[in-house]
Amino acid sequence: MIKEELKTKISELLPTATFDETGEWLNVLIDAKEWLPLATQLRNDVSLQFDFLFCVTAVDWKTHLSMVYHLRATQLEHIIVVKAKIADRNNAEIESVCKIWRTAELHELEAYDLMGVKFLHHPGLRRLFLTDDWVGYPLRKDYVDEVNMIKL
Amino acid sequence: MIEEVAATTEGDLVINIGPQHPSTHGVLHLFVTMNGETIKKVEPHLGYIHRSIEKMDESLSYRQFIYSTSRMDYLSSHINNHGCALCVEKGLQLEIPPRAKVIRILMDELTRIASHCLWWGALAMDVGALTPFFHAFREREMINDIMEESCGARLTMNYMVPGGVMFDIQPNFQKHVKEFVAHFKTKIGEYDEMVTNNIIFQRRMKNVGYISPEDAVSYGCTGAVLRASGVKSDIRKIAPYDGYENVKFEEPLEMAGDCFARYMVRMKEMMQSLSIVEQLIDNIPEGDFVAKTKAVLKLPKGEFYSRVETARGEFGVYIVSEGGLTPYRIKFRSPGFSNLSALDHMSRGQKIGDLVAIMGTLDLVIPDIDR
Amino acid sequence: MFSLEGLKNTIHYTLSASLGTTSTLLVEMLIVGICVISLFAVLGLVLVFMERKVSAYMQIRLGPNRVGFQGSLQTVADTLKLVVKEGLVPNGADKFLFNFAPFLVMIVAMLIMAPIAFTKGLQMWDLNIGVLYVTAVSSISVIGILMAGWASNNKYSLLGAMRSGAQIVSYELSAGLAILTIVIFTESLQISKIVESQQTGWWLFKAHIPAVIAFIIFIIAVTAETNRAPFDLAEAESELTAGFHTEYSGMRFALFFLAEYVNIFIVCAIGSTLFLGGWMPFHIGHWSAFNHVMDFIPGIVWFFGKIFFLIFVIMWFRWTFPRLRIDQLLNLEWKYLLPISMFNLLLATVVAIMGWHF
Repeated sequence: MIKEELKTKISELLPTATFDETGEWLNVLIDAKEWLPLATQLRNDVSLQFDFLFCVTAVDWKTHLSMVYHLRATQLEHIIVVKAKIADRNNAEIESVCKIWRTAELHELEAYDLMGVKFLHHPGLRRLFLTDDWVGYPLRKDYVDEVNMIKL
Repeated sequence: MIEEVAATTEGDLVINIGPQHPSTHGVLHLFVTMNGETIKKVEPHLGYIHRSIEKMDESLSYRQFIYSTSRMDYLSSHINNHGCALCVEKGLQLEIPPRAKVIRILMDELTRIASHCLWWGALAMDVGALTPFFHAFREREMINDIMEESCGARLTMNYMVPGGVMFDIQPNFQKHVKEFVAHFKTKIGEYDEMVTNNIIFQRRMKNVGYISPEDAVSYGCTGAVLRASGVKSDIRKIAPYDGYENVKFEEPLEMAGDCFARYMVRMKEMMQSLSIVEQLIDNIPEGDFVAKTKAVLKLPKGEFYSRVETARGEFGVYIVSEGGLTPYRIKFRSPGFSNLSALDHMSRGQKIGDLVAIMGTLDLVIPDIDR
Repeated sequence: MFSLEGLKNTIHYTLSASLGTTSTLLVEMLIVGICVISLFAVLGLVLVFMERKVSAYMQIRLGPNRVGFQGSLQTVADTLKLVVKEGLVPNGADKFLFNFAPFLVMIVAMLIMAPIAFTKGLQMWDLNIGVLYVTAVSSISVIGILMAGWASNNKYSLLGAMRSGAQIVSYELSAGLAILTIVIFTESLQISKIVESQQTGWWLFKAHIPAVIAFIIFIIAVTAETNRAPFDLAEAESELTAGFHTEYSGMRFALFFLAEYVNIFIVCAIGSTLFLGGWMPFHIGHWSAFNHVMDFIPGIVWFFGKIFFLIFVIMWFRWTFPRLRIDQLLNLEWKYLLPISMFNLLLATVVAIMGWHF
């Protein structure tokens, strides 16, 4: 499907979604609360079939966080980018999608560990890279560690 | 940790494989729950070699950050560099000279062969045959010598820069590559004799670590792991970059989805890479090897994503730019990290010896997972 | 024919001339003991060096070549390093068993040495159930390995030990049946008689089909029994780091290491005694000239030549084959080797009764 078709299809599924077409692929901007129902539809809808979640990124925008999901349909060969905005930076929460895409399990652990996004209903949320008692989330922009900070 | 131990039922044997273990090829720590020798659960604990390259790169310029990616998947550092260079070029909307494109592909494919050679030797070592490792290194050494001549480095190449490549190839490059191609063709049969056709090896590989195409896609597997389940996933075919659309090569697919299928895919990939090298080595166009760029690169505000096919699978670079001298946020989608997530699924119900074989065929490179 | 019987008798008469019967026996035992221990030491050095050179040759590299001529003293240097290294005992280990296990393994290796005939008249103890004795004693070594694995208080060690237990107990059967096949032809369990019976030709050739099958099974089974690749599951360095001797260091580790090589030597000695005629030279039918030339080569050279050939074969296995998985290993024994060797035993009996052998 081309960008326009994807756009109409997704706005049918989620009327509140806004779009950003500046990049290579169609960007779908949504709120964190809308993510799980949209994700289920993206995966299961016959005309979409986004079965491959190939990149999960958390971005710290200083005022809020956003989760960026890159999705690809391996059969239908189309790609979209879903950006879920998490308004509450201090208590960032979003639904886990590891039941839909199993790969999300590890990627979400990474996002939790380094960016502090809590994934609801994740089977085993834990510190993946850092020690269990680590304070703070290193990839956040305001993270300061006097001892280990790499200043280049 | 304590909770996890409590969660296991009585009679389970919990064993820590790694962080120092001969077959994890690095500091991977697997927390394995077993019933006797049968695996019930594998849980990776990472971070032993995490350098937070993503955070580091937020303070590095667009020229500098590429070098840090050589340290991620050090066995396909050329291809990592290539992916980053592509992403920056995408942001700058830079067209690179044809000579640079061909050199890049040549280097990529040589890297792929070298990486697969090492993987082949290491896999054989994992299943207990120690000799193939040395034979594989003989071929890998030739590639490393070729690389050293043109790039000045043997492992962390740092050869691809935004706009092309850093130096022109050495005058001897073509001669040496041809020598290598001729040499490798005589040796690949030896590889099959020594390992592929060995009955013990086949029994260790077949019907071990099966993953169905649906699961492989769901677990985010890429590269040979996904292709061994019969799903086309080669980025060089799906979204060709830097002239891959002009070379003839096949994407080897296997349907079995087990360790042996993954093995065969990689063995065939070596031959495909060799054929790409053969096609291009006499057709390197004349001209510049690097496009003219400004001394200081500045990406416009926006988001850029580039994908390349490394020896392990799909490598993605996601740059979020705010228009400054450094990336605002950079994310590397490393193939090893996603492939690792399938390890638990593949190894459940298998023996501990199979776990080692599965890890071998997943071709994990730990700095790639930990970044 | 060259033999060491003269030397043996000279020592015996000299000693009994000056000492009583008991003292003579004691002194002779002492001499034999010293000989065995020094043989062990030399074997350890030679075999480790041989293994390194063989592996180097297979792996297209040079191997040790700095210490001594062509690296021949490398193993001496390594032994020195192991001797001066601290032998750690892990916390929570069963100290007595932990320390005792390597010695037990070593003692077993020494015990099997007793009935082996090196050449005509050079045999420590020619007991009439020699072969049975060897089979019986060699299975004790598994206790040493289990002891080491259990006492180490390490899961890898325990897994390795359990694997080794399952493996050795299984493969004893095939090895025993392979030995029995030859015993059917020799009609004796006594090692010296088995060797004597091969004066006209080795059993491998004289008893043709059943002997060849038995020989192949024997080689496979003893490779498994000595925990050598492709059956080195007890150690399996890519799975269990080092298996049952993960926690061992220094001299205790060296004893395990040495025991492995001595065990290989012994099983190869048994193999060459049973199948390749022990110290008997190679004879071909009625070619008397050829046979006379062969007779000039001393029996001990023949014996060691055959042993080292078999050792080379086992090393060849080790450096070319991948390792089996534990279930495949047991399947191989119980589903293939054991039925085949049982059938082969029957075949051998038929051949022996009908006199179809040479």
